[in-house]
Amino acid sequence: MSGSLQTLSDFLQCLIVGLRLGSVYALVALGYTMVYGIIRLINFAHGDFIMVGGYTLFFTIPAMLAVNDKLPIWLAVIVAIAVCALVGVTVELVAYRPVRKKGTNMTALITAIAMSLFLENLAQAIPAIGPNYKIMRRMFSNKAVLNFLNISLDWTTLLTILIGASVMIGLQLFVKKTKLGRAMRAVSEDKQASVLVGINVNRTIIITFAIGSGLAAVAALMYFAQYSTIMTTSGTMLGLKAFVAAVLGGIGIIPGAMLGGLVIGLVESFTTGYISSSLADAFVFLILIIVLIIKPAGILGKNVGEKV
Amino acid sequence: MLRVENLHVSYGAVKAIKGISLKVNDGEIVSLIGANGAGKTTVLHTITGLVQPEDGIIEYNEINLQAVAPNKIVTLGLAHVPEGRHVFTQMTVTENLLMGAHYRKDRNKIEGDLEVVYESFPRLKERSRQFAGTLSGGEQQMLAMGRAMMSKPKLVVMDEPSMGLSPLLVKEVFNIIKTMHDNGITVLLVEQNAKMALSISDRAYVLETGKITMSGNASDLLLDERIKKAYLGA
Ligand SMILES: Nc1ncnc2c1ncn2[C@@H]1O[C@H](COP(=O)(O)OP(=O)(O)O)[C@@H](O)[C@H]1O
Ligand SMILES: [Mg+2]
Repeated sequence: MSGSLQTLSDFLQCLIVGLRLGSVYALVALGYTMVYGIIRLINFAHGDFIMVGGYTLFFTIPAMLAVNDKLPIWLAVIVAIAVCALVGVTVELVAYRPVRKKGTNMTALITAIAMSLFLENLAQAIPAIGPNYKIMRRMFSNKAVLNFLNISLDWTTLLTILIGASVMIGLQLFVKKTKLGRAMRAVSEDKQASVLVGINVNRTIIITFAIGSGLAAVAALMYFAQYSTIMTTSGTMLGLKAFVAAVLGGIGIIPGAMLGGLVIGLVESFTTGYISSSLADAFVFLILIIVLIIKPAGILGKNVGEKV
Repeated sequence: MLRVENLHVSYGAVKAIKGISLKVNDGEIVSLIGANGAGKTTVLHTITGLVQPEDGIIEYNEINLQAVAPNKIVTLGLAHVPEGRHVFTQMTVTENLLMGAHYRKDRNKIEGDLEVVYESFPRLKERSRQFAGTLSGGEQQMLAMGRAMMSKPKLVVMDEPSMGLSPLLVKEVFNIIKTMHDNGITVLLVEQNAKMALSISDRAYVLETGKITMSGNASDLLLDERIKKAYLGA
């Protein structure tokens, strides 16, 4: 194989990996951005929802296969989505809503940090989980889809990218075209006007939490399909980078979270491929700082004072 | 149609409304005039449930509105065009109008009503796919009124629809109010522009620091010396 062909295949390989990483970051970033959009709160517990989704997969898969071992393993994601949505809604109802009624932005933020620690500690306290890592079952086949010009594309990668893309397209259509999606946009922009046109604001917030948290379960499927070890802090770093992605794209803006996620994924993969894997995280934050200096509201953000 | 009795409203230690009563009969245009800070917005907010009163009765067609969830009030045919328009700036003009019909179940009629609103507001029709945030103040006001019309109201309460508009647009806005009224909508109008408000109203109330100091037929109030001095700049 000639040198220039090798160069091309290196590039394509980085691109594929970047898209895979980016799809996961984007789905997690969507959770941050949707919740921020509707209640102006950075939900620090969102990263831990990924962990909740991961353990749900971990326990559901063997149970499901015990019932019927012909079922595809990824089917367990439906249970994970339900569990994550339930956890998200519970956190909103039990912690965030009461604090929002009484407290300040700062108390809400601290509550979110507390919920994150609480979920991690709670998970550790469950005997079947505990402090040590566990190994996930393989979820997708690791057989190659194609092997071409030294580029390897396996099923896990391809499916991760495809699932990510369809979820993002689906969410965008939902938010733009459906009545419920319109209500979500209305509430995130103007709660008073939303009440006046007859929207049940609290119910819309709950639905937003359910969707955002459910996306964390899908992200968990994609993430743990690649990295099979899981522990109670598994969601922390992924959550942090996805939060960076949401801010990079413009927090509160749905296409911004998608774009931010893809950018972070690509930066990480190209840094790893061309420079050094140990610098990948540093570059991610460097990009964030540069973008925020040039455009404080993020890539797709509108540079206006914060709306209340 | 609307009856407010002995209403008291406070924001913490600040007493904003100190025991007012007013009513709006079916088919009327009633205005509530008063200077900045008099409590006009607070009255409307209390009527549509955005603010809870300390004391008093608010009845709409014999229904106790305090027992109705704020987001259900529009479903009773009571629409609120809020101060400062409050259009959804990140949505298109058409989406804003559809938001007005959000609660409605008669989906097949909504399309037709949208056309009716666009006929009353040709300027909005030209901008139907534009984001509401890109509209001028006058256009946003029309959009807020159009959005209220989409909810098929019987009573509309409007909070300073002429605020910040050029004299020409003020006239247009008042013409629209008259048209809505001609189409059978009852109106409770809050205004600082007393002259315009009184000229289209049947009756009016004057609100000063949380108390109603005068009330009567709009045509009488227009001639009243005290009103002339305080509100008509004459
Ligand atoms: N959300 C609020 N919190 C505290 N005080 C308020 C609030 N809204 C209005 N007020 C006070 O209540 C009084 C009446 O205000 P408002 O109803 O807005 O008057 P108007 O609409 O006639 O200008 C004013 O003194 C105002 O400062
Ligand atoms: Mg006011």
